[in-house]
Formats: sequence, structure tokens, C-alpha cells
Amino acid sequence: MPLWSRIWNVFRAERLNRELDEEFHSHIAEAIEQGRDPVEARRAFGSPLRQREVSRDVKLIAWLDSLRADIIFGWRQLMKRKVTSAAAIASLALGIGACAATFRLIDALLLRPLPIANPERLYALFRQGADADGKTRINDSYEYPLFQQMREAVKGHAELIAVSGAARSDLTFGTDQETEKAYNQYVSGRMFRAFGLQPALGRLLHEDDDVTPGEHPYAVLSYDYWTSRFARDPRVIGRTFRMAGHLFEIIGVAPERFTGTEPGTVTGIFLPTMMNEGVGHVDWSWVRVFAMMKPGVTVEPLRDRLRVTYRTFNDERAKAFPNMPRRFIDRFFHQTLLLEPAAAGVSGMQRDYAHSLTALSLLAALVLLIACSNVANLLAAQAAARSREMALRVSIGAGRRRLVQLVLVESLILAFLAAAIGGAFAWWSAPFIVSKINPPDNPVRLFLPADWRMWGFGLALSLTVAHLFGVAPALRASAVRPASALKGGEDPHGRRRIMHALVAVPSGFCVLVLFVAGLLVATFDRLSSQPTGFSSERLVTLDTVAQHPVSMALWDQVKDHLRSLPGVEAVAMAGWPLLDGNGWNGVISVNGEPPTDALAYFLSVSPGWLGAMKIPLLDGRDFQAGEASAATAIVNEAFARRYFSGENPVGKFFETGQQRTRFEVIGLVKDVRYRNMREPITATAYLQFAGQDFNQATFIVRTSSVNPLALAPALRSGVSRARPEFRVSNIRTQLEINQAQTVRERLLAMLALFFALVALLLAGVGLYGVLDYSVLQRRREIGIRMAIGARPAGVAQLVTVEVFRMVLVGAIGGLALGMASTRYIEPLFYQVRPTDLGVLAIPSMTILLVAMLAAVPAVIRAARIDPVEMLRSE
Amino acid sequence: MRKPDSLQGSLDLLVLKILSRRPRLHGYALMMAIQDSSGDVLRAEEGSLYPALHRMEEAGWIRAQWGENEAGRRLRRYEITAAGKKQLEAEESRWLALTAAINRVLRTA
Repeated sequence: MPLWSRIWNVFRAERLNRELDEEFHSHIAEAIEQGRDPVEARRAFGSPLRQREVSRDVKLIAWLDSLRADIIFGWRQLMKRKVTSAAAIASLALGIGACAATFRLIDALLLRPLPIANPERLYALFRQGADADGKTRINDSYEYPLFQQMREAVKGHAELIAVSGAARSDLTFGTDQETEKAYNQYVSGRMFRAFGLQPALGRLLHEDDDVTPGEHPYAVLSYDYWTSRFARDPRVIGRTFRMAGHLFEIIGVAPERFTGTEPGTVTGIFLPTMMNEGVGHVDWSWVRVFAMMKPGVTVEPLRDRLRVTYRTFNDERAKAFPNMPRRFIDRFFHQTLLLEPAAAGVSGMQRDYAHSLTALSLLAALVLLIACSNVANLLAAQAAARSREMALRVSIGAGRRRLVQLVLVESLILAFLAAAIGGAFAWWSAPFIVSKINPPDNPVRLFLPADWRMWGFGLALSLTVAHLFGVAPALRASAVRPASALKGGEDPHGRRRIMHALVAVPSGFCVLVLFVAGLLVATFDRLSSQPTGFSSERLVTLDTVAQHPVSMALWDQVKDHLRSLPGVEAVAMAGWPLLDGNGWNGVISVNGEPPTDALAYFLSVSPGWLGAMKIPLLDGRDFQAGEASAATAIVNEAFARRYFSGENPVGKFFETGQQRTRFEVIGLVKDVRYRNMREPITATAYLQFAGQDFNQATFIVRTSSVNPLALAPALRSGVSRARPEFRVSNIRTQLEINQAQTVRERLLAMLALFFALVALLLAGVGLYGVLDYSVLQRRREIGIRMAIGARPAGVAQLVTVEVFRMVLVGAIGGLALGMASTRYIEPLFYQVRPTDLGVLAIPSMTILLVAMLAAVPAVIRAARIDPVEMLRSE
Repeated sequence: MRKPDSLQGSLDLLVLKILSRRPRLHGYALMMAIQDSSGDVLRAEEGSLYPALHRMEEAGWIRAQWGENEAGRRLRRYEITAAGKKQLEAEESRWLALTAAINRVLRTA
């Protein structure tokens, strides 16, 4: 209670003063009434003001009171200069907001622990090896039988959990015509228990739901999916849906916050691993392996145990490939097994975006630092202007600490106001950025909760920022020597040194931002202007599924029907569209020699596919209808270079696969991009759809319309009309697919450009402020120089030359820093080098240009100084 | 002649004791009461009385209320609280122990 009343009294200080005064007055009045001499009574009482101070300090918390006074004073100081304060707050807010937004993204994707019990005990297994080019690759998918062996090997020390990647699959709660898509994940039955999760409804999967392949058709919904698809209807338990040839029964709903183990994807349906065909295949790698450590188990011995199992399994597997070169076996099977902490889960998005977010947070931090230096500049100028006020305060007894507090409080007000606005900016911008990461049919969903982590970060950031720009002016203000300050004289060089730093540092940071932004924009530019080798215009792709595998003749029927639709120019089939990320590769041997260790890509295509894609045939011929049984292939130039030493391969043969099927090359085509825009074009062989029946392929339709998606409804219904057992599961334009290749680069380029513009603007404003202020300070000197005959050009040089020198120093520093730091974000770049002349020159030129623009008003102001008037006024 | 203000930390004790006998005294009356009941030997100066009063008020030993005297002037009157009575007991026994000890020294030395 007393503490409360003392805090409370701080906020009713005026009333407290009145009460104390009244009490003292009544004391003296009473004394006089009792017959004492008024003068004597007053003298005996002493100074009421002092009495009041002493009693006040008893009645309230003195430091809180002085803080309150400083806040009010600081607020008044800021309100006195509304425009500059608003500019300072706005630029800080932008910097803080950008930092907070990137922190939100980094936290949500990479740092935030999964909402499970003991996330710190969760580890994930990775395998590390070198690819064909000798580059280190990290891979985290495993064969299910291998997982089973490893699980047995560490039993009692850790619970091993298999989790498939979240896949967006077709499923239906009713008829085939009502097919919809949902993210599903096959998970070990033990997962929920190992994670300590309780059902929100019904029950979760457990060990017994995961024993016999194909025998456990149960599904657990995520809370999110239950909400969006079923509006939290509790009657969902017991409902069934059909997916991948099984009829699943919904048995429960997972707890609200658990959305799977892949940040960036929200799983809708959890299924037992035993329901995935992959459990029986030793050569399908499709599950991630997590290890939930038992308490007290150390990582290294467990990892070594897993390594032994891993090695044995792969030695066994390698025996099936007796003809493989040793190098190939080693590379393929003998990778190093790693056990890494995975408290935040594991996802492809983490891998794809970790570097991007690092780069973005670097840019955001730099923008914030530039804003800080601007505000420091502003405060330093104000501190100089207030040196008389400070001297006065010192003269009447203010302590050094008190002065530091006075000035720091002002900085803190600035920082907190900016943080509030910046927080609102981050609130909006982080989801906005996430919404931009949405390749067709695969939108990213990232939970961005605003909790203590966000608030803590915001608070720490504002405090840091306030001290960054506030401490120097505060110390300077407190170091004032009353005698010299009141006389008006002070060391002018000290101020000049600070000014130099305040020009060079932000210029350097600005150049660094421009430099990194330039690299990112150039990357996007190069990547998006990469030729694909085929024509994407007016092309629609229809990913189509049949209820069960059917013969090529039926697929041809559908194809012919589509061809007859109005607006369709050509129709062909392929296993999947080019560049959609799918790939199929294998080893090649030529002339009966052992296979080389370079893999070639394959793609099944129908006759006419080359024409529909407009891929030029260099030699030989296309496939023809009706020769599907012939083992023929069309290869690209890279294939010819790789396996036929550049000779014309037409009429030659190669073998592939475990059966060493022999193919005759009947055609040679130009190189096209197959899987990815970044990798070099690899050897590719186009094969015909094999003789067996199949249930999945993609129709490639070239339309005559500029907007090919206008035909989508007609094409979709056309497929089902041609054969009722066929259904289109996904329609995309080829352009859409191509653009998805550069989603990340586009986003990065866009944000980097934004940061670059903000950095330039802030640096320009800062330079303007410094120059203008320095002219103001030196107007007496300039007046004298002009009076004795200096020309305007000379004055301009006097004012600007030093600043330009500092900008140049900053620019060089920024570029050096840039070249040193880009090493860490190099994977983001494509065909650009940090040492390219353009990449180096453009930022330097830009900052000099901005400096020149910023100098114009100051130069005009200097040139307009009237020496007579100036000297008279002094 | 000025009486020494050196109440030696016993000002709290005196104030609490007087307030326990005569509730609702204002500052001046308290000062006079100390003077009178000590036979004009002890005297509390305003400079120490008011900080002490305000300190004890914050500590919750005494509480104050605004009232009016016969002439209608506003006065701040103090009275002892339950916590104050406890404090008084403690201070009193401490004081008695102290003086007894000092007396013993004076007698035997």
C-alpha cells in the first residue's frame, strides 16, 4: 500500500504540493493565533519551499517524479518542432517496422519452437553428401524400411518418428465430381504421443494405428482444417473421405496450435504412414525422420548408432547395383548422417528462405541504422542549440545524471512513438510478404502470432535504438561547462568530427543497401529473362487423373476430343509440365559400357509434344502415333554432348534402368529448361509413354486465345465428357508455372528495391540536414570570406567539399563491407558477381548524385548570405 | 533560549505516544504537546516534525484528516492507527530497555 500511494502521489503532485502548503500555512496561522510574533513564527518555521521538498520526497518516489517531469518536458520539446519530430519518428518507424517485420518472419519460420512438449529434445536426421558437381547437398528424406531399422536401433534412447512431406492431394467426401484438395501428411502413429499432444475432439492416432500396411484407414484433422472446412462441426467424427484409393474415417481433431512439423505449410489431414504405399519400398525415400530424445540421452552416441544402421542398410542396397561405378555408389549411398536440433520443425521453405530472410533483415537493419544516424544528427544539432539551457541547469545545481536522463527521455519518447507506428507497419507488412510467396496451387501459410516474443523484440529494439542515437547527444549535453557555454564559445572541431561521422556512416550503409539490392534485382532480371527454349505463350496444362490405370488408347481418345474443341490449336501429353518441379532421372550407359555417374533426366511425352511446345527438332524425327511399343527416344543437345561426345546421336543407342532397356535415338532437339531455371541444362531424353496402363498425365494445350485460362472450364468439362473416368485435378498456364520459378527472386528484388529507395531517401534527408546546419553554423565565417572577396563558387566548394569527401569515404567503406558480406547470401545470386563493375559503380554514383541534390539548398543558402547584414548582426 | 532539538531518534516515539493519548492533534498542537509534557525540556523543530509526520503517515502508523477548528480554518489532524499502536509498543520497550541499560551503567561505573 505505501508503495502504491507513493507511485500514485507522483501523478497527483500538484495536489500534493497544495496540501503541503496548506498544512504549513495553517501551522503558522495557529502559532500566530496562540500569540506568537508573526515574524518570529515564520522564521522559526524556516523556508516552506524547502519543507515542501523534504516532505514531498517522503511522500512520493523521487526518481519517478523527476522522470514524469522529464517526460512532460521532453514531449513539449518534441511538440515545439512538430515537423522535424514527425520526420524523425516517421523514418525511425519505417526502420523499426522493417526490422520487426523481418523478425516476425524469421521467428515464425526458423526460431519459434513447435507447440509440442519438450521441443528442445526434438532432433531431425539429415544426410549430407556431394552431388555430381561436387557441391555439398543436404537431404532429409529416407526410405521407410530404413526408418524402421533405425527406430529399432535406438529404442529406449529416443523415439524415432517418420513424417512425410505435406502434400496437396485430391480427395473427396462425396462423389468424384466433388473432388477437392487438402494438405495431408503421413505420420507415425506414435507421433502425437511423443509430442505430448491432446485431441481437441475424438482421439488422435496412436501406435496401434500404424502396424499393417494398408489396414489403418483413419485420419486426424488439424484444428485449422476442421475450422475452415467443417466450421468446427463435432459431427465430423466418423465421416469418411476417399483419397489415393483408400476410404479414410475421421477419428479426431488435433489440438489448435499444432499444424504439422513444416513451418510454411499448414497440414489439413494426418494419416498413418502405413496407409502410404511407400512403406513397402526400399528405394522410395519419402519420410523425414525426427528423433524425440529421452531425457538425459546425449546426441553423439545415438547418432553413431544410427550411422551404423544407415551404413548396413545402404551396403545391402548397393549390392543390387553390381555394375555401378564405385564413385557413384559412394556418392549415392554413403552420405554422412547428421542429427540436428529441430525444435522449430523442418520444412523446405526454411531451406529456401533462410538466406533470403537473412538478406532482408540485413537491409532492414541498415535502413534502421540510417534512420538512427539522422535522428542522432537532429538531436546533436538541438543539443548544440540548447547548450545555454543546459549550462543554466548545471549552474542552478542539476547533476550530470539528471541531464543525461533529461535528454535520453526525449530519445525514448521518439523511439517508443516510432516503435508503435513501426509495430503497426510490421503487423500489416509481414502477412503481406507471406501472401506474396504463393506459387500456383501451393500457397505458403505461416502463422504469425503477436505474443511476448514480438513485444520483447519491439521493446529491446526501441531501447537499443534510443540509446544508439540518444547517448551521444545526452553525454555531450551533460558535459557542458557552464562558464564557457554561457560565454558562447565551444570547441568547434569536436562538432565537426561528429558531423563527419554522421555523413560517412549513413552514406556507407546506404551504399551497402544499394549494392545488395542491385545484386538481387540483377539476379531476378537475369533469371526471369533466361530463355526456356520452348514457347510458353497461350499454353495451358491440365494435370489429369484417371480413376484407375488405363491404356494409352483411352488417353488418346481424350486428347483427340480436346483437339476438336474450338480455340484449341494443338494438344499433346507429357508426364508433367516442364518447370513444375517434377523430375525423373536415371543412369545412362552407351555401347554396353558401365554407366557413367552423370544422371540424365527423362520425360514421357506423346507424339506432337515437340510441336505443341514449339521445341525445334535439329535432326531425325518426332515420335509417331501407333509406334508406342518401339523403344525409341529423342534426346537434347546436352545429352549428345554428354554421352556421345557431341556427335550426332540419331540412329545410335543407349541403355538405362535396372533392366538396361535399350533405346534407339530417333531425334535430336534443342536444349530446354526441364526442372529448374537455375541449374545448368542437363542431359535429357524424351521417351514415349510406356506400354503399361497409367492413371496420371498432363495434357498440354496450345490455344489460340491470348488469355488461355478463358478456355479452362471448357477444357475441364471436355476431359470428363470424353471419358467419364477422367478428371482434371489442376489447370495452370505454362507462364504461371514459369513465373513460380522466380517467386522468391521477384519478392526479394521487390523488397530490396523498396529498402533501397527508403535508404536513399533517408540518406538524402540526412545529408541535407547536415549541410544546412553546417552552413548555419559557419555563416559568420562565410560572411567574412565573402566580404574579403570570396566568389560564390568558392563558397559552394567550401561548404560541400568536405561533405563529398566523407560521402566518398562512406561509399568505399560500404562497398568493401558489401563485398565482404555477400559471401553469406551468395546462394541467392544468379549469374551476378559482387565484383561486377556495374554492381559496384551504380550505388556509388547514386549516392553521389543524391549528395549533390541534397547540397543544392545549402549552397544556395550560403551564396545568399549578405556579408554586410551578417557582420552587422553579430 | 533554544532548546536542543536532539531528540536522538525518539521523535517517532514521542509523537506516537502523544497521539495514543490525545487523538486528532494537528502539527502545531503536537509540537506544543511535546514541549509541554516534557516540562519545556524537549522541543521538536518544524524542520524535523513534518518530515517525521509524513514519513510515519506513509508507513501507515498514523493517518491524517482535514478538519476545521472553531474559527473555521482548515487543519490537518493526525491520529494513530492499529499499526502505529504496535509500533509504539515496540519503540517504547526498546526505549525502556535502552534507558535501563544506560542507568545501569551510570550506577555501576
